[in-house]
Amino acid sequence: MTKHKLLSLGHGLFLGFIALIIIFPFYWMIASSLKTENQIFQLPPVWLFKPHFASYAAAIVNDNILRALLNSLIVTVGAVALGIAVGAPAAYGLARYTFRGSSQIQFWYVTNWMLIPVVVLIPFYLLAANLRMIDNPIVLILIYQTFVVPVVVWLLVDQFRAVPIALEEAALLDGMSKFGIFLRITLPLTVPGITVAAILAGIFAWNDLLYAFILTPGTDARTAPTVMMSYLGGYIIPWGRVMASAVMITGPVVVGGIAINKYIARGLTLGAVK
Amino acid sequence: MTEPTLHEVKVPRIRQWEPWFFVGPSLLLLLAVGLYPTVFVAYFSFHNWTMGMGPPVFNGFDNYIETLTSSDFISSILRTFLFLIVTLPIELCLGLSIALALDQTRNAWLRRLVQILLVVPIATTPSVVGMLVQLMFNTQLGVVNYGLHVLGIAPIDWLGNAHAALGMVMMTQIWEWTPFVALVLSASLATVPQDIEEAITLETESFWARFRYIKLPFLRPGLVASIVFQTIFTIKTFDMIYSVEKGGPGDATQMIALHIERIAFRGFDVGLASAESVLTLIVTIVLAQTVVSFLYKDEV
Repeated sequence: MTKHKLLSLGHGLFLGFIALIIIFPFYWMIASSLKTENQIFQLPPVWLFKPHFASYAAAIVNDNILRALLNSLIVTVGAVALGIAVGAPAAYGLARYTFRGSSQIQFWYVTNWMLIPVVVLIPFYLLAANLRMIDNPIVLILIYQTFVVPVVVWLLVDQFRAVPIALEEAALLDGMSKFGIFLRITLPLTVPGITVAAILAGIFAWNDLLYAFILTPGTDARTAPTVMMSYLGGYIIPWGRVMASAVMITGPVVVGGIAINKYIARGLTLGAVK
Repeated sequence: MTEPTLHEVKVPRIRQWEPWFFVGPSLLLLLAVGLYPTVFVAYFSFHNWTMGMGPPVFNGFDNYIETLTSSDFISSILRTFLFLIVTLPIELCLGLSIALALDQTRNAWLRRLVQILLVVPIATTPSVVGMLVQLMFNTQLGVVNYGLHVLGIAPIDWLGNAHAALGMVMMTQIWEWTPFVALVLSASLATVPQDIEEAITLETESFWARFRYIKLPFLRPGLVASIVFQTIFTIKTFDMIYSVEKGGPGDATQMIALHIERIAFRGFDVGLASAESVLTLIVTIVLAQTVVSFLYKDEV
């Protein structure tokens, strides 16, 4: 009995410690965004303070963070929409047909997932500069396909395989076309899976810094993670504003991540882990 | 006795095109955004070209020779591998401990809480993590050094000292990615059949025996996946380190991706950056190809 209690206590302490390590930086971010500039660096830390929202107001007024969030939203939604528009049919094709090269094609998506971003960035930048498309969100939407399409395809292949083929055969006998079957029968049945793929791909698109700060550096075009970098230029870093922006930037992805927490491992390993 | 053979059904031509109708658009798109730039990088790598300085001039293997003899490039590669061989084992041990703790039956609500929290570091925007690191690791006024002070340890110049800075980004990497390993291994542990687990629990009290003979075989695919993907993610790492100190102080935290970015977008030497990209790409592709085939051997 005592041994059992001791084990339980140790187990609880270990998990509690892990939870604390994960949460503490978050607490620090949120607390700093609600402190005055003086309180942020006060030591020992002020644990109890009156929340002060001036940093949020300043981030919105001075740093135009809302514009950056809107840019991020446009790019993320655009990239995910395009990725699903081409990736879902591809996953269906791979799930329902075996054809010459089909398995090589499926692995080729994985290779894209493993691509080092900076490698594709150089020619993409040169091309975008030539076409005068720097600061155009379409460039980001296109380059994000290198990771959006692989995630969408790999997560959806299994989803489509799980749909009973009998349903499709019935529709085929009714004279529906193959694409019609995909669109009206199979696709609606996999909406939950598509949602998971969309959120996961969306998190990566939203979080990207490297592509965004090279391809859309302009004040009106920059995305939210790029705003973080803009604070580094100044003499003094306005930490209250930085942390207020940080809270607004991470809010959506953290909520999205928690919503799909059961599928993260499977998603990041492109289905290698069940 | 002859084996009964199935006659091959002749598939009409139109049917053969059907899968391409579904797969084609995504392939064209990826060829355009993934493969086409890669081909261009290969082309530039054989040319001497600085952005905005006249047309590219063919110079054979000069860029490759310069790259392979440049101590800057070699040290970025070595630093990236050092980064990997320090962080990966810690992530694996810690991730495995967390996964095993989550596999227990006690403290149910705490387990559920940790399971959800594990997603948070993975989902958090890396550039935000970088800024947060700067704030928390500030030498005079940061909360980390305050914590050390409470424990009676002298303050560390995290952002100014080269060794401390590398240690700091390693700790941050571990914070960001241990949850990924934990989640992957947790998923593997969930594949251990319930009845086998119950049977072995009746058989032996020893935690080690249960781990070694029952759980470990089921963990193997998860461990391989963790190592492979974590290696890839580490080579790709850019955002977090860049937003901490852009690879500084000096070049103390300059990993391979940051090095290439610096040559290309701060030095504008496209030819040299392309040669480095090609070499990095070859390393990753070889790595990816060797592991992908057996990682997914159950698939397709």
